[in-house]
Amino acid sequence: MSFNFDLVWSSLPLIIQGLGMTLKLLFLSSLIGLFLALFILLLRISGRWYLMWPAMAYIYVFRGTPLLVQIFVIYHGLPQFDFIRESIFWPVLREPFGCAVLALSLNAGAYVSEIMRGGIIGVDKGVKEAAMALGLPRWQQFIYVTSPIAIRLALPAYSNEVVSMLKATALASTITMMEMTGVARTLVARTFAPYEIFISAALIYLALTYALQQVFAWIESHASRYVKKER
Amino acid sequence: MSEPVIMMKNVSKRFGSFTALSNINLTVNRGERLVVCGPSGSGKSTMIRCINRLEEHDAGTIIVNGHELTGNDRRIDAVRREVGMVFQSFNLFPHLTVLKNLMLAPRLVRGTDKASAEAAAMALLERVRIPEQAHKYPAQLSGGQQQRVAIARALCMNPKVMLFDEPTSALDPEMISEVLDVMVDLAREGMTMICVTHEMGFARSVADKIMFMDSGEIVESAPPDEFFGAPKSERTKMFLKQILAH
Repeated sequence: MSFNFDLVWSSLPLIIQGLGMTLKLLFLSSLIGLFLALFILLLRISGRWYLMWPAMAYIYVFRGTPLLVQIFVIYHGLPQFDFIRESIFWPVLREPFGCAVLALSLNAGAYVSEIMRGGIIGVDKGVKEAAMALGLPRWQQFIYVTSPIAIRLALPAYSNEVVSMLKATALASTITMMEMTGVARTLVARTFAPYEIFISAALIYLALTYALQQVFAWIESHASRYVKKER
Repeated sequence: MSEPVIMMKNVSKRFGSFTALSNINLTVNRGERLVVCGPSGSGKSTMIRCINRLEEHDAGTIIVNGHELTGNDRRIDAVRREVGMVFQSFNLFPHLTVLKNLMLAPRLVRGTDKASAEAAAMALLERVRIPEQAHKYPAQLSGGQQQRVAIARALCMNPKVMLFDEPTSALDPEMISEVLDVMVDLAREGMTMICVTHEMGFARSVADKIMFMDSGEIVESAPPDEFFGAPKSERTKMFLKQILAH
């Protein structure tokens, strides 16, 4: 059996047909995940046990189980319940797209909230005390002092998480989503050339990762402009 | 004239089994300048941090500008706005320019409009002699400059009293005097000040009263002449000998 380079190149444009779906999954679940993460973070750092415990349980469950399992549970498991089928969420949960976005968002929410918490923990205690000493109420300390600094500290880990998410979207192919990996899998079924086709898909993922890295490198350098010493 | 700005009555504070403050009694009147000294771990920082409740005291009463410090958040914020604080490690907001460091609290807390907050900030930067640094970030300044910005930032809120927690201890020797000069100016203008410092020259020239603390207690409290000339307690004598040895 010989490796067919032509097949790698010729399948690129076919796999790119799934690019739109991959990006849609990535952006939508990153965005929803970000808001979810913020909400979970606020519960987590509230200092009240009845808010902290549910947040910690949520984080534990979604970080402690494989994303693939979560996708299956949501896609195959939830429709078994009548109350789900009768709820207003059914139009979303009926579609594999809705299930994939939900699973990815829930997963991202757990990871990103921990990344944000890491950023907040990293903010110098003295700087927070300075804000306190000026008489800023707690919410103003959080919004105007802690958050901007925490965001900069959390950016490297967050960019890592987005790159992870990009690759996690491939799991949506297991519930019939035609994103890039899904397209690749159908091509494999047709051509019986898994090697070439998946390498072709891998090349596109690499290119996307490169683009994401560039975007985040720019954001990081912008966010860190005040750290540089220049006299 | 002898209107008390700060009163501490039988204030105690423990960290676990460690007694940080025991039975502190203290009155600071308007316009008075108190210098606090003592070995590290003697409770001097804890004492001034209790005044704006960066530390909570366990027992006793603290009254600042007529308000007793309790667990009420709003009341504490109101008290903090009247009490300026300068830290050993400057603690400027690293993500804001010097000017915005100064403008943040007046804008947010007092609702001052942008133009007047900026004018007031610039005036204070003139006073601490670094108006030309207004648009730089803290990391671009020297330690001495950062500490002067920190003093200006505290002054922006027009505090009734200023607390200094070892303001020159983190500075390179050649930068200490530029910060002390600003503090001396403030003292001359009649600002009520409590200053934790080991700068005995500063203490001698501006303090109305010098207080020596050890093991969480006030050991001795006296005007500078008396404090340096005729210290009463053995512990004070020992401390002065060590600190003035070279």
